Amino acid sequence: MAVSAVSARTDSQSRPVRPPEMNVFIGLLVIALVFEALGWLFIGQSFVFNLQRLQIIILQVSIVGIIAIGVTQVIITGGIDLSSGSIVGATAMIAMSFAQSSDYARAVYPALTDLPVIVPILVALVIGGLAGSINGALIAYTKIPPFIATLGMMVAARGVAKWYTKGQPVSFPTESYAWIGAGLNPVIIFLVLALLFHLALKYTVYGNHTYAIGSNQQAARVSGIRVERHLVMVYAIAGMLAGIAALVLSSKNVTAQAGMGMMYELDAIAMAVIGGVSLAGGRGSVVGTALGMLIFGVIISGFTFLRIDAYYQEMIKGVIIVAAVVADVARQQRRAKAV
Amino acid sequence: MSKVILETRGLTKRYGGVHALEDANFVLHEGEHVAVVGDNGAGKSTFVRQITAVEQRTSGQIFFDGREVNYAGPLEARESGMETVFQNLALADDLDVPSNLYLGRELIKFNLGPFSILDRKAMRERTQAALDRTAVRIPNLSNPIRNMSGGQRQCVAIARAAAFASKLIIMDEPTAALGVQETGQVENIIRGLKERGVPLILVSHNLRQVFDLVDRIVVFRRGRIVASLRADETDGNDIVSYITGVKGQSDVAYV
Repeated sequence: MAVSAVSARTDSQSRPVRPPEMNVFIGLLVIALVFEALGWLFIGQSFVFNLQRLQIIILQVSIVGIIAIGVTQVIITGGIDLSSGSIVGATAMIAMSFAQSSDYARAVYPALTDLPVIVPILVALVIGGLAGSINGALIAYTKIPPFIATLGMMVAARGVAKWYTKGQPVSFPTESYAWIGAGLNPVIIFLVLALLFHLALKYTVYGNHTYAIGSNQQAARVSGIRVERHLVMVYAIAGMLAGIAALVLSSKNVTAQAGMGMMYELDAIAMAVIGGVSLAGGRGSVVGTALGMLIFGVIISGFTFLRIDAYYQEMIKGVIIVAAVVADVARQQRRAKAV
Repeated sequence: MSKVILETRGLTKRYGGVHALEDANFVLHEGEHVAVVGDNGAGKSTFVRQITAVEQRTSGQIFFDGREVNYAGPLEARESGMETVFQNLALADDLDVPSNLYLGRELIKFNLGPFSILDRKAMRERTQAALDRTAVRIPNLSNPIRNMSGGQRQCVAIARAAAFASKLIIMDEPTAALGVQETGQVENIIRGLKERGVPLILVSHNLRQVFDLVDRIVVFRRGRIVASLRADETDGNDIVSYITGVKGQSDVAYV
């Protein structure tokens, strides 16, 4: 990585810089190969050439991946979103309560059972979007740091999730609702959303302004970009994506619980940062985050594969998050020296 | 005399009790290049910020292109044909040259509100044309400008102003952070603007540069305009006397 950074600097005058996603992709391959080697050494079987395992890896990470798409955009503006996990919890509870089947005697709203699936979907988008808009409005208009605003939302939304049914889980969704997260649907939903926002960031005015704000907010403002309005939109989109993740997760589990999505925000941030999204803002892509998501999944599943205890997995996850941020800071310092 | 493009009457800005700018009466004619000089804190940048509506003035009037104007913000000033190159380089480092040139006024292929599709090809072509016109050479337009030298970045900022300014360009210390060669390049762009007849207000500390480039020199001292002299009728010593307050203790009236 150090070598590529140096060559990028000297060649920048004449040649386009190698996309940073390439480095992430190489990292993914290397990590997978390491587990492959360890697999043959200690377990006596292949890690990578196992369709079932690959399916589980991608299924496990794709729901958090949906959140990570939104978190990526937030981080590109130079912000952070700590509330996505709690928004998943609150949205899952509320959306599920509008998706209950009449077969269930103790529905939250006994008069509102067997509703068409579009109702809970819209509810999820509205609740997620609303929570995100509050984040964005706090950050854009009161100028409080994104860390604090979304930390408040993280605590408050978790409170909503618990208050909504006084801690009772919400279960027995309609069949159509349960279909949303069935089988490989979470992966398909992730891919569609990833493609959509990849295009939005790369080819639309929205994307250009998102990068511009993260790159130099002052420049964006004097260039006539409505920074406040744009920030509210980015956070609202991140909230809606958390809402979609809540739909998929509660549908896949066929129940919603107040504790759902706990710590997802950190996993999502880790995926983005591993994928090369800079916490300083202005740099990163959905493709990078998708690759970061796969790295994250491969590492977690690799440790399970090597039969390493779940306790160690948590510790290692912590190390990965910190290591990714250290790498990001090191990249920035190299850049600062170069200028 | 040719038409007046910008005029300020009694322009005043106070920050609390600090009188940053007092009763500034200033006139700029069509095609004219004027330098604004003065010591640090003399009110040069404050003057620029009032004209471009980055800040709101305390009192006084501004006339631009024959009309009295009261811009709510820099965007309105810009839309009326006044472009500013700010001291702190108003560029987004992570975007490429065309995106920076068209920041906030992107060309679109297909209107979808905030998600309108960018017309990158047209932006690129027109950026190349704008750079050619100002004789700026940038090897690869699609690199983020982070990877460029300070001079190249400043040239991009100036090319952006030059590409869109129909009536006036204001530059606040455009060469303050540049090396000799890069400064020369920026000065060439300014000469090109003179040939094209685009009026310019140049805030500068560099008297050599000022005498080389402009028609008239306006000296600020302690928030007041203390002199307005034709560049070919004065010299460096004279200007320095005004800057340091040896000359011109009383206000001058001029037009």
